[in-house]
Amino acid sequence: MTAYSYFPGCSLERMAGSYHVSTVETARALGLDLQELEDWNCCGATAYFHIDELLATTLCARNLAMAEQAGRDVVTPCSGCFKNMYAARAHLREDPDLAEHVNAALAEDGLQFQGTARVRHLIEVLVADVGLPEIRRRVVRPLRSLRVVPYYGCQILRPGKAPAEENAPHFFEDLLTAIGAAPMDFPLRDRCCGGSLIITHRRAALSMVYALLRDAEEHGAEVIATVCPLCQVNLECYQRHVNRLFGTRFALPVLYFTQLVGLALGIPERRLGIGTELISPAPLLARTAG
Amino acid sequence: MARVLTFDQEIANLFYALDTNPVQACIQCGLCSGTCPAVAFMQHSPRAIIAMIRAGQKQALLASEAYWACAACYACTVKCPQGIDVAAMMYGLKRYALWRTHYRKVPLGADFSRRFVRLITRYGRSYEPGLAAPYLLRHGLHGLMDEMRTALGLLVKGRLPLRPHRIKRAEALRRVIGQILPVGGRA
Repeated sequence: MTAYSYFPGCSLERMAGSYHVSTVETARALGLDLQELEDWNCCGATAYFHIDELLATTLCARNLAMAEQAGRDVVTPCSGCFKNMYAARAHLREDPDLAEHVNAALAEDGLQFQGTARVRHLIEVLVADVGLPEIRRRVVRPLRSLRVVPYYGCQILRPGKAPAEENAPHFFEDLLTAIGAAPMDFPLRDRCCGGSLIITHRRAALSMVYALLRDAEEHGAEVIATVCPLCQVNLECYQRHVNRLFGTRFALPVLYFTQLVGLALGIPERRLGIGTELISPAPLLARTAG
Repeated sequence: MARVLTFDQEIANLFYALDTNPVQACIQCGLCSGTCPAVAFMQHSPRAIIAMIRAGQKQALLASEAYWACAACYACTVKCPQGIDVAAMMYGLKRYALWRTHYRKVPLGADFSRRFVRLITRYGRSYEPGLAAPYLLRHGLHGLMDEMRTALGLLVKGRLPLRPHRIKRAEALRRVIGQILPVGGRA
């Protein structure tokens, strides 16, 4: 069994608690050994990069250095944390002067970055390390024709990754197919949810969420599957705001991909944190179970 | 006499450590603006921002605060046929504005970022209510009502953190940060 340093990220501590529990349950069921990185710190989100790039890189480097000490790769379910740590690692490995500067700061905490630990997003670990055939083999409750739109969001496909993955990814659709669901066409699947603009530029963020909800609904979605806690909160918790602003009546549940995979593996709903949504998926899930 | 940098030279310096082509490589094709999901909320589109940098229109660009509507989704960066990291440029402009602008009224984005950095310097982790609460009154009366209903819903479902989580080695993290930026007594 491969062990990974698990980096939940700040959102998963409470706001996206169901992403955390469904990650832990699903990983265990698939034989992945996730060891939470001890005393991890915030990845810097987007806000740190507005203030100081070097500082943002240093925050990520502390987490990476601790994972190296444990001798494991970092795996995170948060797309924002993934992108920040992935990019920080790449910059530090390409630029020895930068690494030297950052290491001088990390010495204050008895740490050193070498660049040995890789950074992975959880969905990539499921698809590439566990593998779709293995996941398919373990499915006991296929999500019979559940019409799901795979929402990649922006950060997991962005710079430094292979062009094929940036332009025409299909791993999320493949994963949904493996668990018996019906992935629907979703042209805006890699368009941004607005991220922290939900606080700093409310109208812009709500209009971005509106575009996504409309696209999902027009393509027959019953549920949106997401790989990021920020996307989940913006798409689900702000649907009410969108409905008021645009005069719409969206009521689309938004679930984490780990919850859908967990359901298909036969894990009880409660252990996947299902029941903590503001827009309940219960009627939908009752149908798939039947 | 010391050389005075032009605006596009200053922006070139922002790009110095980045793996990107300079804005001079821009062919003004507009793919960045076309793909930007927030462009409707920018007084100047990403393409126009690049044109303004090259034309030295510093005051007009800074006054517009257009870059604060950027969500950093990198759609523009991925699309640019000239290899310009447009999203990194937006980040750079935000930092530039924070250093060089004496705001009469601080944009929400800048204020939020400062609060965020103070929070992490103190606790090591983020805390959503602490970040969102100062802005509750900024979204209008209906916005406030929506916000309260959402917060209540999250509270009932156990999704609202009641206090920030402080990491164990918060003091050590503070010393690390202190090596990069001067951190005051109370952060």
